Amino acid sequence: MSSRRSRSRQSSSSRITDEQINDLVSKLQALLPEAGIRSNERVSAARVLQDTCSYIRNLHREVDDLSERLSELLATTDASSAQAAIIRSLLM
Amino acid sequence: PSLPTLCNHLSPPSHPSLSPSPPLPPESKPMSAFHFLRALSQINKSTPKSSLLLRSRRIRQAAYVSMACRAGRSRLWSRALLRRLQRRSRLRYLISQRTRAGIAPKRLKVVRPRSGEPSRAEALRRLVPGGPGMDYCSLLDETAHYIQCLSSQVQLMQKVVGSISCETPQP
Repeated sequence: MSSRRSRSRQSSSSRITDEQINDLVSKLQALLPEAGIRSNERVSAARVLQDTCSYIRNLHREVDDLSERLSELLATTDASSAQAAIIRSLLM
Repeated sequence: PSLPTLCNHLSPPSHPSLSPSPPLPPESKPMSAFHFLRALSQINKSTPKSSLLLRSRRIRQAAYVSMACRAGRSRLWSRALLRRLQRRSRLRYLISQRTRAGIAPKRLKVVRPRSGEPSRAEALRRLVPGGPGMDYCSLLDETAHYIQCLSSQVQLMQKVVGSISCETPQP
Protein backbone atom coordinates (compact mmCIF):
# COMPACT_ATOMS: atom_id res chain seq x y z
CA MET A 1 0.00 0.00 0.00
CA SER A 2 1.11 3.55 -0.36
CA SER A 3 3.05 5.19 2.38
CA ARG A 4 0.86 8.23 2.41
CA ARG A 5 0.25 8.12 6.14
CA SER A 6 3.91 8.42 6.94
CA ARG A 7 4.37 11.38 4.69
CA SER A 8 6.33 13.95 6.59
CA ARG A 9 6.63 16.68 4.05
CA GLN A 10 3.49 18.45 3.19
CA SER A 11 3.43 21.28 0.77
CA SER A 12 3.63 24.44 2.80
CA SER A 13 1.46 26.53 0.54
CA SER A 14 -1.56 24.24 0.44
CA ARG A 15 -2.38 21.55 2.98
CA ILE A 16 -2.89 18.55 0.77
CA THR A 17 -4.97 16.23 2.91
CA ASP A 18 -5.40 12.56 2.37
CA GLU A 19 -9.07 13.23 1.87
CA GLN A 20 -8.33 15.47 -1.09
CA ILE A 21 -6.16 12.79 -2.60
CA ASN A 22 -8.86 10.20 -2.06
CA ASP A 23 -11.34 12.47 -3.77
CA LEU A 24 -9.12 12.86 -6.78
CA VAL A 25 -8.44 9.14 -6.94
CA SER A 26 -12.11 8.26 -6.80
CA LYS A 27 -12.80 10.82 -9.47
CA LEU A 28 -10.24 9.10 -11.66
CA GLN A 29 -11.78 5.75 -10.88
CA ALA A 30 -15.13 7.05 -12.08
CA LEU A 31 -13.63 7.92 -15.45
CA LEU A 32 -12.22 4.49 -16.14
CA PRO A 33 -14.16 2.16 -18.43
CA GLU A 34 -15.03 -0.34 -15.70
CA ALA A 35 -16.48 2.38 -13.51
CA GLY A 36 -19.99 1.06 -13.79
CA ILE A 37 -19.09 -2.42 -12.66
CA ARG A 38 -17.10 -1.51 -9.60
CA SER A 39 -18.66 1.72 -8.56
CA ASN A 40 -19.29 0.84 -4.93
CA GLU A 41 -16.14 -1.09 -4.31
CA ARG A 42 -13.31 0.65 -2.60
CA VAL A 43 -10.41 0.00 -4.90
CA SER A 44 -6.91 0.78 -3.76
CA ALA A 45 -5.21 3.86 -5.11
CA ALA A 46 -2.43 1.80 -6.61
CA ARG A 47 -4.98 -0.23 -8.52
CA VAL A 48 -6.68 2.89 -9.81
CA LEU A 49 -3.37 4.30 -11.00
CA GLN A 50 -2.49 1.04 -12.68
CA ASP A 51 -5.82 0.89 -14.47
CA THR A 52 -5.45 4.54 -15.43
CA CYS A 53 -2.03 3.88 -16.93
CA SER A 54 -3.26 1.01 -19.04
CA TYR A 55 -6.32 2.99 -20.09
CA ILE A 56 -4.15 5.89 -21.26
CA ARG A 57 -1.90 3.50 -23.15
CA ASN A 58 -4.95 2.00 -24.82
CA LEU A 59 -6.20 5.42 -25.83
CA HIS A 60 -2.81 6.34 -27.28
CA ARG A 61 -2.79 3.13 -29.25
CA GLU A 62 -6.30 3.78 -30.50
CA VAL A 63 -5.28 7.22 -31.73
CA ASP A 64 -2.39 5.63 -33.61
CA ASP A 65 -4.60 2.97 -35.14
CA LEU A 66 -7.28 5.44 -36.11
CA SER A 67 -4.68 7.69 -37.69
CA GLU A 68 -3.47 4.79 -39.78
CA ARG A 69 -6.98 3.87 -40.81
CA LEU A 70 -7.76 7.45 -41.70
CA SER A 71 -4.58 7.62 -43.72
CA GLU A 72 -5.53 4.50 -45.67
CA LEU A 73 -9.09 5.68 -46.19
CA LEU A 74 -8.01 9.06 -47.45
CA ALA A 75 -5.65 7.39 -49.85
CA THR A 76 -8.33 5.25 -51.40
CA THR A 77 -11.22 7.68 -51.62
CA ASP A 78 -11.14 10.52 -54.05
CA ALA A 79 -10.97 14.06 -52.79
CA SER A 80 -14.56 15.13 -53.27
CA SER A 81 -16.26 12.25 -51.51
CA ALA A 82 -13.75 12.44 -48.69
CA GLN A 83 -14.53 16.12 -48.27
CA ALA A 84 -18.24 15.36 -48.32
CA ALA A 85 -17.86 12.69 -45.68
CA ILE A 86 -15.77 14.99 -43.55
CA ILE A 87 -18.33 17.73 -43.75
CA ARG A 88 -21.08 15.27 -42.95
CA SER A 89 -19.37 14.21 -39.75
CA LEU A 90 -19.03 17.87 -38.93
CA LEU A 91 -22.77 18.31 -39.08
CA MET A 92 -23.68 15.18 -37.17
CA PRO B 1 7.83 31.79 -41.35
CA SER B 2 8.65 28.38 -42.61
CA LEU B 3 6.70 26.37 -40.09
CA PRO B 4 4.28 23.82 -41.45
CA THR B 5 0.60 24.62 -41.58
CA LEU B 6 -0.11 22.42 -38.59
CA CYS B 7 1.38 25.12 -36.41
CA ASN B 8 -1.44 27.42 -37.40
CA HIS B 9 -3.61 25.37 -35.15
CA LEU B 10 -1.61 26.39 -32.16
CA SER B 11 -3.42 29.68 -31.80
CA PRO B 12 -6.30 29.34 -29.37
CA PRO B 13 -9.63 28.66 -31.05
CA SER B 14 -12.22 31.37 -31.19
CA HIS B 15 -14.93 29.51 -29.34
CA PRO B 16 -15.33 30.16 -25.60
CA SER B 17 -12.48 28.65 -23.66
CA LEU B 18 -13.13 25.73 -21.38
CA SER B 19 -13.27 26.33 -17.66
CA PRO B 20 -10.71 24.36 -15.70
CA SER B 21 -13.34 22.37 -13.80
CA PRO B 22 -13.18 18.65 -14.49
CA PRO B 23 -16.56 17.94 -16.13
CA LEU B 24 -16.15 19.26 -19.65
CA PRO B 25 -18.77 21.89 -20.36
CA PRO B 26 -21.04 21.08 -23.29
CA GLU B 27 -19.27 22.72 -26.18
CA SER B 28 -20.75 22.62 -29.60
CA LYS B 29 -19.65 19.49 -31.38
CA PRO B 30 -19.09 21.11 -34.79
CA MET B 31 -16.69 23.69 -33.38
CA SER B 32 -14.69 21.20 -31.42
CA ALA B 33 -14.28 18.98 -34.46
CA PHE B 34 -13.47 21.88 -36.76
CA HIS B 35 -9.75 22.10 -36.11
CA PHE B 36 -9.18 18.44 -36.61
CA LEU B 37 -11.32 18.22 -39.73
CA ARG B 38 -9.68 21.24 -41.29
CA ALA B 39 -6.28 19.73 -40.63
CA LEU B 40 -7.49 16.48 -42.18
CA SER B 41 -8.53 18.11 -45.42
CA GLN B 42 -5.25 20.04 -45.57
CA ILE B 43 -3.30 16.83 -45.06
CA ASN B 44 -5.43 15.12 -47.66
CA LYS B 45 -4.60 17.79 -50.21
CA SER B 46 -0.93 18.22 -49.50
CA THR B 47 0.36 14.70 -48.91
CA PRO B 48 0.92 12.44 -51.90
CA LYS B 49 -1.17 9.29 -52.01
CA SER B 50 1.84 7.06 -51.81
CA SER B 51 3.27 8.05 -48.46
CA LEU B 52 0.90 6.31 -46.12
CA LEU B 53 3.23 6.48 -43.18
CA LEU B 54 3.87 10.20 -43.51
CA ARG B 55 0.18 10.90 -43.77
CA SER B 56 -0.75 8.80 -40.77
CA ARG B 57 1.96 10.50 -38.78
CA ARG B 58 0.61 13.91 -39.76
CA ILE B 59 -2.92 12.87 -38.92
CA ARG B 60 -1.79 11.70 -35.53
CA GLN B 61 0.00 14.99 -35.00
CA ALA B 62 -3.11 16.92 -35.99
CA ALA B 63 -5.18 14.87 -33.58
CA TYR B 64 -2.98 15.81 -30.64
CA VAL B 65 -2.69 19.43 -31.71
CA SER B 66 -6.42 19.90 -32.02
CA MET B 67 -6.99 18.08 -28.75
CA ALA B 68 -4.56 20.35 -26.93
CA CYS B 69 -6.04 23.44 -28.59
CA ARG B 70 -9.52 22.46 -27.46
CA ALA B 71 -8.31 22.12 -23.91
CA GLY B 72 -6.86 25.59 -24.08
CA ARG B 73 -3.91 26.99 -22.21
CA SER B 74 -5.48 26.67 -18.80
CA ARG B 75 -4.32 23.06 -18.44
CA LEU B 76 -0.80 21.95 -17.64
CA TRP B 77 -0.95 18.95 -19.92
CA SER B 78 -2.21 20.89 -22.93
CA ARG B 79 0.51 23.52 -22.55
CA ALA B 80 3.18 20.85 -22.27
CA LEU B 81 1.76 18.98 -25.24
CA LEU B 82 1.65 22.08 -27.42
CA ARG B 83 5.22 22.91 -26.48
CA ARG B 84 6.35 19.42 -27.36
CA LEU B 85 4.51 19.42 -30.70
CA GLN B 86 5.85 22.85 -31.59
CA ARG B 87 9.38 21.68 -30.93
CA ARG B 88 8.94 18.54 -33.01
CA SER B 89 7.40 20.27 -35.99
CA ARG B 90 10.18 22.85 -35.98
CA LEU B 91 12.75 20.08 -35.83
CA ARG B 92 11.14 18.30 -38.71
CA TYR B 93 11.94 21.19 -41.00
CA LEU B 94 15.49 21.57 -39.79
CA ILE B 95 16.50 17.92 -39.82
CA SER B 96 16.35 15.94 -43.03
CA GLN B 97 13.49 13.59 -43.69
CA ARG B 98 15.68 10.54 -43.28
CA THR B 99 16.00 10.83 -39.53
CA ARG B 100 12.78 9.10 -38.64
CA ALA B 101 11.96 10.52 -35.27
CA GLY B 102 9.68 7.85 -33.88
CA ILE B 103 5.95 8.31 -33.77
CA ALA B 104 5.80 8.72 -30.01
CA PRO B 105 8.29 11.26 -28.65
CA LYS B 106 10.67 8.91 -26.91
CA ARG B 107 12.91 11.35 -25.16
CA LEU B 108 13.16 9.64 -21.79
CA LYS B 109 12.97 12.26 -19.10
CA VAL B 110 14.35 11.00 -15.85
CA VAL B 111 11.29 10.53 -13.71
CA ARG B 112 12.57 10.19 -10.19
CA PRO B 113 10.33 8.33 -7.77
CA ARG B 114 9.03 10.89 -5.35
CA SER B 115 8.54 10.12 -1.70
CA GLY B 116 5.10 9.65 -0.24
CA GLU B 117 3.47 8.54 -3.47
CA PRO B 118 2.22 5.26 -4.81
CA SER B 119 4.79 3.63 -7.04
CA ARG B 120 2.51 3.81 -10.05
CA ALA B 121 2.62 7.59 -10.02
CA GLU B 122 5.94 7.40 -11.84
CA ALA B 123 4.45 5.49 -14.75
CA LEU B 124 1.54 7.89 -14.87
CA ARG B 125 3.93 10.83 -15.00
CA ARG B 126 5.50 9.40 -18.11
CA LEU B 127 2.17 9.03 -19.84
CA VAL B 128 0.60 12.40 -19.16
CA PRO B 129 2.22 15.34 -20.98
CA GLY B 130 4.02 17.60 -18.54
CA GLY B 131 3.83 14.90 -15.90
CA PRO B 132 7.35 15.16 -14.53
CA GLY B 133 6.79 18.75 -13.51
CA MET B 134 3.63 18.19 -11.51
CA ASP B 135 2.99 17.45 -7.89
CA TYR B 136 0.87 14.45 -7.06
CA CYS B 137 -2.40 16.33 -6.66
CA SER B 138 -2.06 18.20 -9.93
CA LEU B 139 -1.05 14.97 -11.61
CA LEU B 140 -4.30 13.29 -10.59
CA ASP B 141 -6.34 16.30 -11.60
CA GLU B 142 -4.62 16.73 -14.95
CA THR B 143 -4.87 13.03 -15.66
CA ALA B 144 -8.63 13.11 -15.24
CA HIS B 145 -8.98 15.95 -17.72
CA TYR B 146 -6.48 14.38 -20.10
CA ILE B 147 -8.43 11.13 -20.14
CA GLN B 148 -11.67 12.94 -20.91
CA CYS B 149 -10.13 14.86 -23.78
CA LEU B 150 -8.35 11.80 -25.15
CA SER B 151 -11.48 9.71 -25.21
CA SER B 152 -13.52 12.42 -26.89
CA GLN B 153 -10.78 12.78 -29.50
CA VAL B 154 -10.94 9.04 -30.09
CA GLN B 155 -14.71 9.21 -30.47
CA LEU B 156 -14.38 12.01 -32.96
CA MET B 157 -11.88 10.07 -35.03
CA GLN B 158 -14.05 6.98 -34.94
CA LYS B 159 -16.94 9.02 -36.21
CA VAL B 160 -14.86 10.42 -39.07
CA VAL B 161 -13.62 6.96 -39.99
CA GLY B 162 -17.17 5.69 -39.90
CA SER B 163 -18.52 8.35 -42.17
CA ILE B 164 -15.69 8.06 -44.67
CA SER B 165 -16.01 4.29 -44.82
CA CYS B 166 -19.72 4.66 -45.47
CA GLU B 167 -18.82 6.80 -48.46
CA THR B 168 -16.52 4.29 -50.08
CA PRO B 169 -18.03 0.99 -51.15
CA GLN B 170 -16.01 -1.60 -49.26
CA PRO B 171 -14.83 -4.53 -51.38
